[in-house]
Amino acid sequence: MNGASLARNLRMLLPAISLVVLLVAIYALQPRAISYVGFNLMLNLAIPIALATIAQMCVITVNDLDLSIGTYVGFVACVGATMLTGGVAALPFVKDLQASGALPAVLPWIMQTPLAGVLVLAFGIVIYAALGALIHWRNLPSIVVTLGMSFVWLGLSVLILPVPGGQAPAWIRQMMTLKPAFIPFPIIAAIVIAVIAHVLLMRTSYGAVLRGAGGNPRAIERAGWSLLRVKAAMFALAGFFGMLAGLSLVGLTTSGDANIALRYTLLSIAGVILGGGEFVGGRISPVGAVMGAATLTLAGSMLSFMRISPDWQIGAQGAILIVVLAARTLIDRAERSR
Amino acid sequence: MNAAAFLRRLAGRPWLWAYVAAIAVWIVTILFTGGRGAGEVLTAAFTFATFSVIVGIGQMYVVTLGPGNVDLSIPATITLAGAVATKVMDTQDGMILAGLAVALACGVGVGIVNYALIWLLRIPPIIATLSSSFLIQSTAIAYGRGIRIKPPPMLADFTTAQVFGMPVLAICIIALAAVMELVLRRTLYGRWVTAIGQNIRAARLAGIDVGRTRFAAYVMSAVFAGLCGYLLSGFSGGSSLSMGEEYLLTSIALVVIGGSSVAGGNSNVPGLWGAALFLFLVVTMLNTYGFGAGTRYLATGLIIIAVIVAASARRPAR
Repeated sequence: MNGASLARNLRMLLPAISLVVLLVAIYALQPRAISYVGFNLMLNLAIPIALATIAQMCVITVNDLDLSIGTYVGFVACVGATMLTGGVAALPFVKDLQASGALPAVLPWIMQTPLAGVLVLAFGIVIYAALGALIHWRNLPSIVVTLGMSFVWLGLSVLILPVPGGQAPAWIRQMMTLKPAFIPFPIIAAIVIAVIAHVLLMRTSYGAVLRGAGGNPRAIERAGWSLLRVKAAMFALAGFFGMLAGLSLVGLTTSGDANIALRYTLLSIAGVILGGGEFVGGRISPVGAVMGAATLTLAGSMLSFMRISPDWQIGAQGAILIVVLAARTLIDRAERSR
Repeated sequence: MNAAAFLRRLAGRPWLWAYVAAIAVWIVTILFTGGRGAGEVLTAAFTFATFSVIVGIGQMYVVTLGPGNVDLSIPATITLAGAVATKVMDTQDGMILAGLAVALACGVGVGIVNYALIWLLRIPPIIATLSSSFLIQSTAIAYGRGIRIKPPPMLADFTTAQVFGMPVLAICIIALAAVMELVLRRTLYGRWVTAIGQNIRAARLAGIDVGRTRFAAYVMSAVFAGLCGYLLSGFSGGSSLSMGEEYLLTSIALVVIGGSSVAGGNSNVPGLWGAALFLFLVVTMLNTYGFGAGTRYLATGLIIIAVIVAASARRPAR
């Protein structure tokens, strides 16, 4: 193997190396953490973060950035904790109307069906697709558009659920607390997420077109593909994974809150970058992104094993990000100097 | 200059619309109250707009540098500077200037770290300021936990003082904005920033020290964030861990609504004031009409999107 390909392999393996280093460090500090129960506890919250990271990755693939993913995940969680459980009747303001006598105590079937929640969530994905189309059509800066959307999702969440509460549907709660034999559920979920995203984006022919729209949009356009449709598809995909993130999150927390996932916006960007993705050019790695999300989640556990105050959790995530980026820069330099 | 020509020149200014919208919203608000409280609404608008304008100026200089340039570390810097400054001042009036110096020094430090990351790691500014903001936020949380120190009385008085219903602080920041507009338009440095935003290669070939100009812009943005944290801790009776939170989105929103180009190379300072007043007045209006927090967020978001779509119609896509 010559130097250049060694450097390339090293860069590809960087996300896995960082994750393994972190796991080894945790094992050294607290051997019992590397167990079935330990992984369940440490990686539970990695599932929604990994899904949000994949969502962010879809947007980054087409050279955009989604600053609204955090509030969108919160919105899905709020819908999940209300309308997906008890339909329109589960909304707090409907309950208020019932209490004041404006609505009858027993509501008709149409207002109690969880179908309303499904429709609202599907509507969310449609909005995402429309945003992608709008951003491409008007050549808008995605940062600003999604910044505006972050307020919109937050506003909708607060309208749906003014105070934290509600209840997640039983089937989601059961799914998130599955206890399969031998392998902890979060690990299985992470592998499934990574494989699906990998196959979808890296192994299908349309996936290559989707990534190509980030790498060389003109070539894709010349080849007869509609960039508008590609962008709408990528944003819709982001909306879909973001929805899964919100649903899995509400399954873990069992109740909804508009502010539940504000930090996901920045975490998801960090996860994509940690996983070896690049900001422009459609160069992404779904498997790396899931590992990046797991690394960021484990950073918190590692601190508590080191008996460092959780105040430093965000700082540790920032430090990991900087160290990995520095390592990548060093590898790039080594590659170029050869 | 005759009136017609003046009006035509005014209408060509991208920042005009922010003021027009602000005044329109103000009128709609006082229509509801029948004219009562019109002055108080304006006083409050100027008071709260001041803080977002301070960080907006720094963010605007960074955004002017061109696509991809944005400072995400502003909220963390505000929080850190506020916490450190209140601790240094420790309610002593005599330490006010020392507190200011420390807050500004925090800004200089953050700015240097931000640019060092951009330069050394060759990473996009968004990622650099994102990762540094994680570190700064953590430092601020660890440092500021449990301390609730009141600001020195003189600082608290200064930040809440008014002359004829106009906050003194707002007057100072209007003056600051005027100076920064002059820096942008009339000094070599301002021209450099604009030139880099328009075409970084051309700027480099023209002999501009691109690195140093960008470095100065990032330091300036962080210093303004430090200043904002210092004044905010004086205004709100001490620093708190979430005091910077809202200013990330607000600072970017001001730049956009104020009529500056998000792609860089074409910015203006007056629009920041118009946009800040507009955003606050919208919230006041919705409050007056009895809408809740959810509707206010929704309206703010839709306004930002509407403004950016309208701006793209004004400047057709390349």
